[in-house]
Amino acid sequence: MKTKDREPLARKVLELALGAGASDAEVVIREGSDFSASVRLQKVESLQQANYRRLSLRAFHGKRAAVAATSDFSMEAAEKLVSDALEIARAAGEDPWSGLPSPESYSPKIPGLEVCFPAASELPVEDKIALASVCERAALEADPRIVNSEGAEFSDKLVHNLYCNSLGICTAYSKTTVSLSVTPLAESGGSKQRDYWLTTHLDFSKLEPPERVGIEAARRALRRLGARKIKTCEVPIVLEPLAAASVLKNVSEAVSGTAIVRKASFLVGKLGTTVASHLVTIRDDALLEGGPGSRPFDAEGIASKRTTVVRNGVLESYLLDSYSGRKLGLASTGNSNREPNGGPSVGPSNFFLEGGAASPAEIIASVKRGLIVTELIGFGADIVSGNYSQGASGIWIEDGQPAFPVEEVTIAGSLTDMLLGIEATGNDLQALGEIFAPTVLIGKMIVSGG
Amino acid sequence: MMSDIETFFSDRFGLSGETQERLLSRALARGGDYADLYFEYRVKDTFSMEESILKNCSTTVSMGVGIRVLRGENTGYAYADAFDEDDMSKAASAAGAIALTGGTALPPPQAGAQHPAQDLYPVARSLAELEPGPKIRLLEEADRAARRYDPRVAEVRVVLANEIKRVLIRSSEGDPVVDSQPLTVFQVSCIASDGKQLQVGIKGGGGRIGLDFFESRSPSYFAREAARRAVLLLQAEEAPAGPMPVVLGSGWPGILLHEAIGHGLEADFNRKGLSAFSGRIGEKVASELCTVVDDGTLPFRRGSLNFDDEGNPTERTVLIEKGILRGYMHDGLSAKLMNAAPTGNGRRESYAFAPLPRMTNTFMLAGRDTEEEILRSVSRGLYAVSFGGGQVDITSGKFVFTASEAYLIEGGRVTAPVKGATLIGNGPDILTRVSMVGRDLELDEGVGTCGKAGQNLPVGVGMPMIRVDEITVGGTRNQAQ
Repeated sequence: MKTKDREPLARKVLELALGAGASDAEVVIREGSDFSASVRLQKVESLQQANYRRLSLRAFHGKRAAVAATSDFSMEAAEKLVSDALEIARAAGEDPWSGLPSPESYSPKIPGLEVCFPAASELPVEDKIALASVCERAALEADPRIVNSEGAEFSDKLVHNLYCNSLGICTAYSKTTVSLSVTPLAESGGSKQRDYWLTTHLDFSKLEPPERVGIEAARRALRRLGARKIKTCEVPIVLEPLAAASVLKNVSEAVSGTAIVRKASFLVGKLGTTVASHLVTIRDDALLEGGPGSRPFDAEGIASKRTTVVRNGVLESYLLDSYSGRKLGLASTGNSNREPNGGPSVGPSNFFLEGGAASPAEIIASVKRGLIVTELIGFGADIVSGNYSQGASGIWIEDGQPAFPVEEVTIAGSLTDMLLGIEATGNDLQALGEIFAPTVLIGKMIVSGG
Repeated sequence: MMSDIETFFSDRFGLSGETQERLLSRALARGGDYADLYFEYRVKDTFSMEESILKNCSTTVSMGVGIRVLRGENTGYAYADAFDEDDMSKAASAAGAIALTGGTALPPPQAGAQHPAQDLYPVARSLAELEPGPKIRLLEEADRAARRYDPRVAEVRVVLANEIKRVLIRSSEGDPVVDSQPLTVFQVSCIASDGKQLQVGIKGGGGRIGLDFFESRSPSYFAREAARRAVLLLQAEEAPAGPMPVVLGSGWPGILLHEAIGHGLEADFNRKGLSAFSGRIGEKVASELCTVVDDGTLPFRRGSLNFDDEGNPTERTVLIEKGILRGYMHDGLSAKLMNAAPTGNGRRESYAFAPLPRMTNTFMLAGRDTEEEILRSVSRGLYAVSFGGGQVDITSGKFVFTASEAYLIEGGRVTAPVKGATLIGNGPDILTRVSMVGRDLELDEGVGTCGKAGQNLPVGVGMPMIRVDEITVGGTRNQAQ
């Protein structure tokens, strides 16, 4: 399988769609393979191999549109796909904003960007198992209180993306992703805690050493032992990078053009206004070298670009695809994504909060009494109203020093106040996923506990 | 209806018994203990209305086969999209390679107890196979009703998603099992605005149902409920913060059970000693007022199945009986390794995934108190009638669920609505604080989706009204101040 092998099929489907009466059409083909090996308590637990493919067609009938998708690549299925898409498109309503991106939105040059690295898929299975095994062993041997494990997993993915439309655009890329993670369990004095750590990169050779991942995961599980509830209070909150990334994910949803055009975001109508403290600069950068969300073009074939979403606290841009852009009178920012059914939506690429000057230790030392949040759980962030209330675990700060672990508390406030209340950002920015953030200090929030 | 599905895969794709046997023997060629094949053909459509325009409509066909090989405690899994002979053979070999990793051979998992064949969703025609017209009329009715409800309703979004999933499950130990599983979900979201703030209200329902479902639960009902909730939140006060008595309404608040104890009682976590409930069968984990079951055999319910995704009939499994922990939910592998009987809880999202122990419909049985008595018993607390999502940390037992419609209780009376707040508790002891249980059990309306290990599945929850003496409520108004 090569990147552009499916181009003839895509062109054939477009031809069938136009022949059947579509005024315009686009085809997206995703085809790839995923492999994962998991090891638990130093024995292989599972090996999984997937070879998947999906063809989706969006057919336009004037201002009416519909999507049809299939995993069957036969000609017979292609014909059925076209007739299904057109049947629904004819039943759909006229949407004045509907349509392909305008021809001008396609830049003649797709940026050169390396997102496909061969090494991992060529690695023998035994070597992948060995990496997971070494990673888990490092966690298990880190401390006698590490007594169990949910296992370690090595995974590698290769995906080929092809986009073609009836304007004559046809473009493709392939991308690899490799990751290694482990989830050890610590136990002491009746307290049982688990945590995890991972390393992930597009390029296998850039993964962190497996031992380091295991040791870090063990450290994170161990520091939670003996966690207790604290009294309800209003204190400064230090979000560790993974917790800060969870809040930033809510922000990415609130700046998504899909939410904005549905008026389903607390950031509707806020372009050009101050929405965060002056320390906050948020970018979406699909061209970030080695970034987990990097790609040369988006799901409408539009060349990737860098977007500053928030600059020094001021909301400069939403994330847009051609539909939401057209509706707001703005150009696409190249943030079209696909739903699993092939329908268009908007999503971030590499979405991150820029780091500041202070080290995490300096940020913690600046807090007399407060809470370091190491993990947030739940679905208590409402991006429509901005209301925020999430389950949290972490570490209590007393006199600028980590004092004891905390669990079974919530932190609550509003996303608006949280963004405006950011008083420091750390120098520890690291891309652990498509959405990432450094350590962040928020002036005060309500911690609900005992 | 069954006769169609009996021959569906062989008629349409030539997947004869011989093909199945060939794949099984290839899968076991390297020495696995057991293999199974999960053939799936799923047609799904989605209709959505926004700004009173029908848009973002789609139809998707997915088909493929998942092939699993067990060797001792080890699992090999591979799948092929579509039914190409060559791709299926390669998947069988890839799954079979697990046997080379040196697990100790064990006997195959035992099949579940034989039950009379169930027909839990006798739907004449699934909505996924219906022409667009009647489906579009459901959306139009809801859109009109929501917009008429209140001038502050600014945006209305209605989504109808339907699927029909045909499966053939064939293991190396037995005859094939076939099923045809319809599933529909209808959901209305309204955004209300008073010029200063936006609030969202969501209401939905569905199940393994046909079009006649909407005769008892009309599109307008869902629309008015969503609109009412959005408008109500415009007047909501800050939620309280801190521990307090909480009354949970009947129905969807049963998500408490799903998060607090359900996941912790899935057998894979217990077999591996990862759950806060590991090794606690026979212990008291709830007040004697609490009996909790998982029941995959309720007709037309979203979480129900005639057979689980390993071909075992679904059952009613008692998890907690009068406060005592009685049992775990098993798939074939966990049942074999823990020397228990399968409970019909081996489920998977699709052919792309190996099955895991999962919930079906999880609920608490009714008690003796009236709703009035329960509310009157609280002098100061929270009354939560609807929730958004929840999550649990299996190992520490800490769980959360977020109220989307809640009120203060003051002096035994329900007073002001409050903003959404997350409730947090400890799974192994939260049910010991249940001091009153209502007379009327209600199940949710059929919108629940549960995520585990990257697999999303339709589930049901339910509960009578209950009083919990203390839960931490994660609002912003500190009671101590």
